[in-house]
Parts: sequence; structure tokens; C-alpha cells
Amino acid sequence: MTALLSLSGLTKAYPGVIANDNVSFDIGPGEIHALLGENGAGKSTLVKMIYGLVRPDSGTMMLHGEPYAPPEPRAARASGVAMVFQHFSLFDALTVAENIALGMEDAPDTADLTQRIIDVSGKYGLTIDPFRMVGDLSAGERQRVEIVRCLLQNPKMLIMDEPTSVLTPQEVEVLFHTLRQLSEEGTSILYISHKLDEIKALCEHATILRHGKVVGTCVPKDETAKSMAEMMVGSKLRTPKKHYTRHGAALLELHNLWLKSKDPFGTSLKEVTFNLHEGEVLGVGGVAGNGQDELLLAISGEELTPAHAIQLKGEDIGQLGPNARRERGLLTAPEERLGHAAAPDMSLTENAFLTGAMRQNLTSNGIIKTAATRAFARDIIEQFDVRTPSSENAARSLSGGNLQKFVIGREILQHPEVFVVNQPTWGVDAAAAADIRHAILELAKNGAAVLVISQDLDELMEISDNIAILSEGTLSAPRPAQGITIEQIGLMMGGTEVEHV
Amino acid sequence: MFKLERRPSPSNAMVVLTPVLAVVLTMIAGGILFAILGKNPFEAIRIIFWDPLFNEVVASYTRPQLLVKAAPLITIALGLSFGYRANIWNIGAEGQFIMGAIAGGAVGLAFYPTESVLIFPLMVLAGAIGGFLWAMIPAFLKIKFNANEILVSLMLVYVAINFLGAMVTGPLRSPVGMNFPVSRNFNEYPSAYNGELVANTGLHMGVLVTLAAVIVAYILLKHHIFGFQVRTAGQSPRAAKFSGVNPNITVAICLGISGGLAGMAGLFEVTGPAGKLSTNFPLGYGFTAIIVAFLGRLNPIGIMLAGLLMALTYIGGELAQFQLSVPAASIQVFQGMLLFFMLAVDILVNFRIRLAKKEVA
Repeated sequence: MTALLSLSGLTKAYPGVIANDNVSFDIGPGEIHALLGENGAGKSTLVKMIYGLVRPDSGTMMLHGEPYAPPEPRAARASGVAMVFQHFSLFDALTVAENIALGMEDAPDTADLTQRIIDVSGKYGLTIDPFRMVGDLSAGERQRVEIVRCLLQNPKMLIMDEPTSVLTPQEVEVLFHTLRQLSEEGTSILYISHKLDEIKALCEHATILRHGKVVGTCVPKDETAKSMAEMMVGSKLRTPKKHYTRHGAALLELHNLWLKSKDPFGTSLKEVTFNLHEGEVLGVGGVAGNGQDELLLAISGEELTPAHAIQLKGEDIGQLGPNARRERGLLTAPEERLGHAAAPDMSLTENAFLTGAMRQNLTSNGIIKTAATRAFARDIIEQFDVRTPSSENAARSLSGGNLQKFVIGREILQHPEVFVVNQPTWGVDAAAAADIRHAILELAKNGAAVLVISQDLDELMEISDNIAILSEGTLSAPRPAQGITIEQIGLMMGGTEVEHV
Repeated sequence: MFKLERRPSPSNAMVVLTPVLAVVLTMIAGGILFAILGKNPFEAIRIIFWDPLFNEVVASYTRPQLLVKAAPLITIALGLSFGYRANIWNIGAEGQFIMGAIAGGAVGLAFYPTESVLIFPLMVLAGAIGGFLWAMIPAFLKIKFNANEILVSLMLVYVAINFLGAMVTGPLRSPVGMNFPVSRNFNEYPSAYNGELVANTGLHMGVLVTLAAVIVAYILLKHHIFGFQVRTAGQSPRAAKFSGVNPNITVAICLGISGGLAGMAGLFEVTGPAGKLSTNFPLGYGFTAIIVAFLGRLNPIGIMLAGLLMALTYIGGELAQFQLSVPAASIQVFQGMLLFFMLAVDILVNFRIRLAKKEVA
């Protein structure tokens, strides 16, 4: 069987990170091929190269045995490669048919198009009414619109990026039925996901990416969810450098926290319970998008919860806002640096003020103490080795690693009693990451309680005393990092699905 | 051929230069407009921008008018600028201006003919409250139901205009006005009259309040934590929330400030330059102030200069109507162009233009 699409040696580097490193694999005609990996493993960059959104630095692609190098998505579509994105690009105020016509190169007239939509949607069981307003559709129905839009172009290959993250279980069944039918008719499907049970159910082959490299290929039907999880997160675990010591009193306690996500693509938290002690580093692992952002928002005070669900030093704080929590010694650093942890167009001085105003006493009667604020910003820049021409540069002008050092430094220099950080070294170069981890460990050594949310298991093993896994909004019971095995982590990550195996 | 390239940091030079550039572009485009109307473009531009200040014949009348026209524009624009920085779009300052004039004017007229120094301050306060409450309607609807404040505040302008009509034909109609739809004349009621403080300067109480407002707004915006929170809320809502800014409170405060200031401006206008409540009272200051706010880059000092410039186009426009008999609408087009060019050249703050060869796809 000759491959429909053949990738060889694809490499793409971004400043500070190699997104894809010498990636090669083949997809046969009619094959449903899974691309598996944690967030940040390089899946998105790879499919963007196939779809013509990103050009590889090196390496070649062959489609039908011909060299294939689409300069833009239009060229990819013309070659028969279509893609359904995770986030839809539809206009709410237009009908289904109008939306589909907008995305076509040479849209036929309305009556003709309507008939074709009805034909295609009927043929593949994608029930959709061409005259409905997209604004009135559910997420699953919107996805059908996107799929129908692709199918109208008779693609030879369909790329699906995390298609089930917005679907109900019933909608997933319908989608799988459609994809299998397409596959039988000879359309290849590249299916991106980190949901192992889905891949087992649907895909014939899987390529597993980790840190931008192909770390394994497998036939999902022959594997267990656990064995694939192990390939995804890596087979060797570092032994923790820290030795588990007795910790002091519980500083932060979460009791049976339920939180509905406000983000339609988010994950709601279910019954999250844990205690975080003085001097302890608790690592929360798991693939991003499983409730990590929601957990941070609940702890930072950006999302309010029932008062008793979150306790700080015995006090109910679930109903307190971010600044009241800062005042009490609970500081946080969200994952998204630009736009959440820092305001992109504001200077570093202003960004130092953003969270430092309260604890650093940077105002007097509401007037900002400019000199003190600048001194605080310079302190952060100096002590955390932030590379920037001055404290007056805009946050967005800094590289990811430098801004992350600034964000972490800003909180640590305020001497938190409890510090919660989400993905502390995400997209940060190795040297900066080491600095950040060192700072976190120092903080815990001085008695602070630290919660590190990260999908980098190596990192968690390096710095955590205890590890818990957040999976689909549920947090496993923390267990000591010392002596933990990759099998146990695989079990915790796979959640309930693994237990059936 | 041209390529826009994102600047690593916003350009401070462009922040200052773009309003000037917008004025120059408006003069050019406006000149073309006047030329098409068959007028001498250079003469028209001179009449609008030069004569009101320096023409010996008319300047003695037009110079004081500059302050009279600029004061309400600046006061309203200052209020709007807080909201606009926080991405809260109050388009209905005109309505808040009218409601302030009605509320403050009604309080004054209720005391007629009692004379007391307390009456005028009370009227100013009532004017501010009138505008404030009118602005609380879109604020409440936005917070409670996420209703779009642009539409709500704009529609409330027309409600206010009709309310004004009802008031001057009803409860506030002057008993000595021979049944015309006007209120009592405030210049016949000394305790409620906002007259010139120095003869032939145009300087009235409202101008002083405007000056004070410029200073307070400058301090709030540059040095106070409130200004910081407003800026963060507009630039980066999630970062603002993370830093503890409550978005609902920001909506209420920003709309409240703009409503209060617009209402106060309305009171000063009705008791001074306008002289009485009538259906002719709304002159569109609330709308023109939107242009002033943007032209002044939402910066209090900039707004002061922009307000003076916009007042100049009002006065110069009237002169041009008399002397060149251009249509009244052409001067509104002229002001509209100013906002249009301002928004267009605004892109230069964050982007620079590069000459680039057309890339072969």
C-alpha cells in the first residue's frame, strides 16, 4: 500500500523551542491515523505544516507520491487536504448555507448549494438544516457545519484537531460513525487527540509525539490506554531530588470543590479536595485542558466558590476576591503570561504594580508610588535575571522565558505563604526553566506551601514532594513523589477508562 | 506594496503625532470638499481655523465663544475618556447632558424667585446627579443582562430629547413665555444664572469647573490606582480581573463619571450660554465630545487641546456658513472626517509602514 501522505524529517523551530524535530511518518489511503501527544508536544505545529499555515524549516512531504509543499491553506485544500479546527470559524448571524458558501472558493448558487449540503449531510449522517442560524446551533452542530464544509470539497485527507473536546458522548458516537464511513470510502483522516480511549476505539495507527519528536508508533487496538499514556509522557521518570520531609500545618485546603467552567471549551472541576502544607510542594500533573485553568482561577479568586470550599489557614476564603487573598498571603501565577498574568502593552513597572500593589504597599491614599513601584520592578528584574533594556519596556517586548521569570519573580518577591503556579516553565528555555524551578524550591524551603500545576512530569518529579493528577476535572489523591512509578501515573491519568482494560 | 509591521512597543512619538496628522489630513480632505462645492479651499480653511482667533473684525466676538464652546466639550470628553479606556462605550453623553440640564434647571426653577448663594451649587449637584442616574440605566442593564451599552446609551439620547420636549411644554414651561415651549430665562433669575465672570471673555463657572476636571482627571489617570485599573481593564481584561479589578464596578464607575460630568456640563450650558431650556437646547455637544475624546487620545491634556480645536471648527464653521454660504452639513462632515482620520492613523501607534516588495505566494 503506497502512502497517501508521507512526511519525512519535518523540522520546525521557534525561538527557544523546537516544535517539531525530524518528524517522519506515513498515512495510507483510507487510514484513520492518530496523532497523539500532550499539549505542547508539537501536534498543532505539525498539522499546520500539512495544512500550509506554517512552513517547515527542513524536511519534505509527499502527497500521492508527488512533492507537496503548500504555501497557504488554499493550496492545501486544492490538493485535497481539509482541516476541521478545534475552534470554529463561523458567523453566528448567518445561516449554515451562508457560512459554508463563505468558505468556498467558487460557491455555487444558493439552491444548488443547499441541495448539496442536504445530500452530503444525509449521506454521512450529519443532520444539519442549511437554513438555520449558526448562532442557534450547539457546539456539536457547529462542528458538523465545519465538517460538511470540508466534505463538499471532496477531500482526500481530513485533519481533525481535538474534535471531541466540545461534544457530548452521543455526538461523539455520531462523529465516529461519520469518520469510519469516510475512511471506508478512501478518505484518510489524521485525528489529533490526547484522549486515549477514543483513539483506541477509532484509529488504526497512532504516532506519538513528545517534545516535538516521534517517540513511538503503535496500533492502538493492540495497546492499553495505560501503555499509550506511558509513551505519551515518557518512559523514564527522574528520581526526585527532594526527599520527602515532614511538613507543617495545612495552609491551603480545598474541600469538595465543584466549579462549572465559564469557557465553553473548558473543563468543570468535580469534587476537588486536597490539603497543602507548610513547606510542601504539591505537583498537579495531567494534560492541560483537564481543569487546570479552572483550578487556578478558583484559587486565585477570579472565580468565586462556596466560601468553605477553599480555606486558607483555617479561614473560609471562597467568596473573597483576588486582592483579599493576596493580603492573606495567597499568591498565584496563571499560565497565560500575556493577557492574564501580565498586561501586554503595559510596562514592566506597571505590571509589577498589577499584583504587587497590595503587599508591597505601592499606593498611598490611592496615589501610585511611582518610585517605589519602579524599585520593585527593578528588584524583580535584577533578582530573577530578567533580560530587558529597562523596567519601562512593554511586557509584550520580552521573550516568553524572560516574561515568565518576571511573573514568577513578582509573586515570589512578595513572600507568599501559599503560592500556586500554573505551567511555570511552559515554553520557557531550559536555563530559565531551571532558574524558575530553583526559585520555587527555595520558596518551599523557607516554609511556603507551593502548588505547581504542570503537564511536564519530569518537572513535577524534580520539584514535588507529592503528586496528584488532574483528569477531566477530577483530582486524584496526592501520593508521595518518592517511589512513584510511571504505571501509577498512567493509571491516574487514564482515569476510569483504564480500569476496564 | 506597503507592509504593516507590528512595533515591539507602542510608539510614544506617534501617540503625540497622530492627532496632528489627522488634523492635517482633515484640512486636505476638507479643502477638496470645499473645492468641489465651488469654494476657494484655502479661504475656507483660513476662515475656519484662523479667522475666529485673529481676524480683527470678528475675533472680539468669536474668541470668548471659544471657551464657551470648548468647556462643555472638554468636560464631557473627560468623562467619556475613562470609559473608553476601559472599553466601555458610552455613546449617550448627549442624553446625559440633556438630563443634567433638566434636573439641575428644574431644581433652580423650583426655588424661583428665592435668592440665595446656595441655589446655584445645589443646581450643579442636581445636574450631575441627573446625568449620573441617566448613565446608570445602561450601566445596570449591562451588568445585569449584558446589554450592549452602546445601543442602550444611544437610544436613551432620544428618550431624553423627548423628555425635554415634554418638560418644556409641561411642568417647566415658563409662565411668562406666552405659551412658547421654553422654560423661564435663567438670566432673569440671578441666583440661578451662570453668567460671565469677566466680561467679554466667555469665562463662566463651567469653564473653571472644566479646568479643575482636567487637573483631577490627569491625576486620576496618571497617578491614581483607579486610572491604572481602568487602563488595565481596557487593555487586558483578564489581567485586570487577575489583579482584583471587578469588571461590574468598573462599568458602573466609568458610566457614572461620564454621566455626572455630562450632566454638570448640561447644567452650566442651560443656565449660561443657552439661557433657558427649550427644544433647541441640544446642540450635539455630547456627540462631538466623542470626537474630542479620541482626538485628545483619551488623555486629559490632549482632550483640552482637542476641545479647543473642535470649538474652533464650530465657530469657524459658522463663519464659513455666513461668509462663504457653505451648507451647515459640510461642517459636520468636516468634524466627522477628523474622527475618521484620527481612527485611521491610530494604527501607526502600534504598527509601522514598511515598503515591501509584493511577496510571491
